[in-house]
Amino acid sequence: MERIIWRRQALNLVVMVLASAATLFGLVWLVWLLWTTVTEGMAALSPKLLTQMTPPPGAEGGLANAFVGSLLIVTLGTLIGTPIGILAGTYLAEFGKRSKVAETIRFVNDILLSAPSIVIGLFVYELAVRTVGHFSGYAGGLALALILLPVVVRTTDESLRLVPATLREAALSLGLPMWKVVLNIVYRAGATGIATGVLLAVARISGETAPLLFTALNNQFWSTDMGTPMANVPVVIFQYAMSPYDSWHALAWAGALIVTAFVLGLSIVVRVLLRPRTYR
Amino acid sequence: MSTGDRAFRWLTAVAAWAVLITLLAAALSMAWGGRLAFRTFGWKFITSPNWDAVGHNFGAAIPIYGTLVSSALAMLVAIPTSLGIAIFLSEVAPRWLRGPVGMAIELLAAIPSIIYGMWGLFVFAPFMANHVEPWLNDKLGPLPGIGPLFSGPPIGIGMLTAGIVLGIMTIPFISSVMRDVFQAVPPALRESAFALGATPWEVTRKVTLPYTSSAVLGAIFLGLGRALGETMAVTFVLGNAHDFSGSLLMPGNSIAAAIANEFTEADSPIYLSSLIALGFLLFVVTFIVLAIAKFMLMRIERSFG
Repeated sequence: MERIIWRRQALNLVVMVLASAATLFGLVWLVWLLWTTVTEGMAALSPKLLTQMTPPPGAEGGLANAFVGSLLIVTLGTLIGTPIGILAGTYLAEFGKRSKVAETIRFVNDILLSAPSIVIGLFVYELAVRTVGHFSGYAGGLALALILLPVVVRTTDESLRLVPATLREAALSLGLPMWKVVLNIVYRAGATGIATGVLLAVARISGETAPLLFTALNNQFWSTDMGTPMANVPVVIFQYAMSPYDSWHALAWAGALIVTAFVLGLSIVVRVLLRPRTYR
Repeated sequence: MSTGDRAFRWLTAVAAWAVLITLLAAALSMAWGGRLAFRTFGWKFITSPNWDAVGHNFGAAIPIYGTLVSSALAMLVAIPTSLGIAIFLSEVAPRWLRGPVGMAIELLAAIPSIIYGMWGLFVFAPFMANHVEPWLNDKLGPLPGIGPLFSGPPIGIGMLTAGIVLGIMTIPFISSVMRDVFQAVPPALRESAFALGATPWEVTRKVTLPYTSSAVLGAIFLGLGRALGETMAVTFVLGNAHDFSGSLLMPGNSIAAAIANEFTEADSPIYLSSLIALGFLLFVVTFIVLAIAKFMLMRIERSFG
């Protein structure tokens, strides 16, 4: 009897130690990745990053055009994706509810959420690059909008469904039409959740590379014309990291550090400040 | 219903349908873009290992093989680690530690994949080449059966490195779903097992896992779907080779990496069409895997309410 209990507890101890080791194993990679990015990136940081253009092979330069390009493309993606996403999420939560159509759209949306981003890039290439005949910042924005869209749809749907039905009923009983109830009451109650979703989605598209490879492409020069190929930080990082030049590697690390700091900073701030305490 | 209500409902419905149409349009446009390759090569496009950009002869067997093998390796890394993390978060960690650790693991998912790729190329591949692969060469290389998998020069760039990087990337996706479904187990079930004197491991194995088994499988398929389509992290460390190699230490290719590397270089209609056809295959495969994941997760999602 004693021995059985001892054996069961020993087994339990072994498994729990292994589980803790697995967690440590996961955290080691996080620390290692961040450590590399911070040390390599800090060494390459300089004010030139913001004032000079991406250089030709072997030369010195900065990332100014890439930062501006990224800013414009991400902004465009957010501006296209957010309203459509919020409206679609509103349909699912307020009108579709548990109907077959709504469940199908939820299903498809969840698949789109995890679909390979390179495939989205190919799709937008077919849609907005091949038909026009050249790469453009608009195509890049559209590709990022399609990555952002499912995130916003899902978080809007989820946060609106958390709004108590009694709130809607109280407003409706005062004679408000449904659309005013949604705009003035339901959106206000679900605003935190929707904002969380949008900001996390912005963080996600800020680092996306694959969908921009065949849409915005790249541009060595300063350009704010979104109708033409456009420099952006992720694609510049990709090209420079794959090159054999040390000066390009340094620029790639600097870009990597800034993108990572922005994306992780935004994710952490959003989670800590906006999210209701879901972590137990 | 007032006019305003009708207009509002109509507007939101159009937006919702846009989601559905996006997925359909993506599938159709890639099938359309790849039609030249499918028509020219037929089934050979999937079975032939011959990828010849000069002779305009394209077969995708090597990238397909690479995608499957690197994803399988990724699952070998990610499944046990994620299960361990989920058990740690639900059974071992004190309450105050769960939030921070859970969030730190989720941050792994927030790091852009291109950062994984760069780190993989400049830091992890040399580490593998200098410390891990020579050891594998020595210890596992001479063994019969699995030996050939671990032979070849330790250059760091290859299937094994790509699989491990991919595994690290998928850990947060699998572990966060597992943690969530573990928490959805009714406390009364777990507590009654504890009351009978079960150890935490016994509660996990005999109550939590059976109760959540389909969702745990769903989480794994979700991670697999991510691994199959991941592009940037793999492109850096896979080596873009179009020759078949039985060794995990040798460079290879994957569907996503081939598209990323070669798309802007594709100089003939058949080359471009072949790459888009690859994209279509990837889309179909990930769709199936993600749909399975979704079905398996549905039951537990219902109980969330």
